[in-house]
Amino acid sequence: MDTYSPLKTPSLSQRNGSMTAVNLVLSVNGRDYRLTLDARVTLLDALREQLSLTGTKKGCDQGQCGACTVHVDGRRILSCLTLAASVEGKAITTIEGLADEGGLHPMQQAFMDHDAFQCGYCTPGQIMSAVACVTEGLAETDDDIREYMSGNLCRCAAYPNIVAAIKQARIDMQRGRS
Amino acid sequence: MRPFAYERAGDLVSAVTAATIEADSQIRAPIQFLAGGTTLLDLMKIDVMRPERLIDINPLEKSLSEISFDRSGLRLGALARMSAVAHHPDVEREYPVISQALKLGASAQLRNMATLGGNVLQRTRCPYFRDVSWHACNKRDPGSGCSARQGLNRNHAVLGTSDHCIAAYPGDFAQALIALDATVSIAGSKGDRRIPFSDLHRLPADTPHIETTLSPGELITEFHFPARPWARRSLYLKVRDRESYEFAVASAVVALDLADGVVRDIRIALGGVATVPWRSLAAEDALRGKPLDESRAGMAAEAAFATAKTFGGNDFKPELGRATLVRALLAVAMLEVRS
Ligand SMILES: Cc1cc2nc3c(=O)[nH]c(=O)nc-3n(C[C@H](O)[C@H](O)[C@H](O)COP(=O)(O)OP(=O)(O)OC[C@H]3O[C@@H](n4cnc5c(N)ncnc54)[C@H](O)[C@@H]3O)c2cc1C
Ligand code: SF4
Ligand code: FES
Ligand code: FES
Repeated sequence: MDTYSPLKTPSLSQRNGSMTAVNLVLSVNGRDYRLTLDARVTLLDALREQLSLTGTKKGCDQGQCGACTVHVDGRRILSCLTLAASVEGKAITTIEGLADEGGLHPMQQAFMDHDAFQCGYCTPGQIMSAVACVTEGLAETDDDIREYMSGNLCRCAAYPNIVAAIKQARIDMQRGRS
Repeated sequence: MRPFAYERAGDLVSAVTAATIEADSQIRAPIQFLAGGTTLLDLMKIDVMRPERLIDINPLEKSLSEISFDRSGLRLGALARMSAVAHHPDVEREYPVISQALKLGASAQLRNMATLGGNVLQRTRCPYFRDVSWHACNKRDPGSGCSARQGLNRNHAVLGTSDHCIAAYPGDFAQALIALDATVSIAGSKGDRRIPFSDLHRLPADTPHIETTLSPGELITEFHFPARPWARRSLYLKVRDRESYEFAVASAVVALDLADGVVRDIRIALGGVATVPWRSLAAEDALRGKPLDESRAGMAAEAAFATAKTFGGNDFKPELGRATLVRALLAVAMLEVRS
């Protein structure tokens, strides 16, 4: 008989050749997806590779750029440093889930109105982060916006226009739809 | 990333039981707790950490994330997120330094993910530690040597170093814990214990791979800050290479009990310059019972860095560290504090 090791006790994941698989249900933009994933798969890779929701971008894959920002239970987080398995049962919102029948989210509209991008690669992450920044009440001054948006880098340096867009959207969001 | 088994903690007792395993240190054990994942997954992706099993402790969040303040002090659950604590009104009012140290760390997204327990256990940003293509790193691979001593060491420590490792402890929040006499509650399969925060981290000495006094499987459950007269007049000053979203090059925590311009009691900790969270008793002693003015602040700063040792790239650090401390001391003395 094998000697006891805590490494060998049963776990949620099952060994399957060289990988360990987990069965899980992810709730993304109001829809449930049943998936079998390698335990190593991040939320970012699950969104992009499994669910074909490619709006969420991979910049650094190391928590340093913010391109992969999504909302989990309404809070902005980095999907590249989140295991898909660890957010089962939570409500995940990506850039694809922001607009509704009424049209674009005010933040999406504001980014267009203010030309708050150049190449656009950082933009989904910027918009997801900016929406949360407003709902957290941390977008009241230009300085606050710059500080609390510092987790989203823009290689094209659209920063001044991003600040302007957030100020416009803040007013629209506080007026009504959010 | 290497394959690992994934499981979720059902309750505290089963989590610590399931994680208890023989290993030379907690941080190198093959079973690791997954909290926010912002240190652990980052280091697993770059192959620096290689656990075989993760126990996701987020299901314990409800019971271990309480923030409560009363006359005995402030209790912070180890699974509280940095953002929740940073913006909590009791923390902002009663312990401003804690709020500031947390707000000035990482980014808004990371602070929503990262827990206090994971935060104090975050690992050095030494580039040789983080890049496995470098053979020599005693912290990663005990006995292999240290690439930083003769290499690029601009961001490395000047206090608490050893021949074996000069890596700086990168965190901000830990400086508040060590300055404010905090204690840490720990659960383990052999029982629970509570220790001063100053006993948690170990100097690198000749075992830099053993970073804390935690045993494999032990789980931090709570931090407690006592109520003290210096808590309200406190601040965190962080100097860094860019304005935001960057680790400290030098930082200072000061908490001051001031009566008629004279220092009744004071607490000082330094970040970015030491191998572990660093309280400066020498600087405190230079000020206790004395009036706080620029020349006294300068003397305290001299005392704080009297034992500093530099390695080329970081020759500038003692001077920057002294200036940071002087600025923090003068600023804290000027604060208007409601009693
Ligand atoms: C780009 C970037 C920038 C950053 N900038 C800063 C900064 O400026 N200032 C700063 O202070 N920090 C900074 N950080 C570090 C960040 O604060 C830490 O990664 C974070 O606090 C770790 O917490 P976590 O919950 O994510 O820990 P995890 O990554 O989940 O865990 C880290 C380690 O601690 C163990 N662990 C976790 N919780 C417990 C517990 N309760 N008991 C026992 N063991 C436990 C885990 O097993 C693991 O080994 C930055 C990180 C990144 C990626
Ligand atoms: S300073 Fe420490 S962490 Fe960096 S290379 Fe040397 S031993 Fe490794
Ligand atoms: S891809 Fe996640 S922060 Fe860069
Ligand atoms: S628009 Fe190009 S990176 Fe931001």
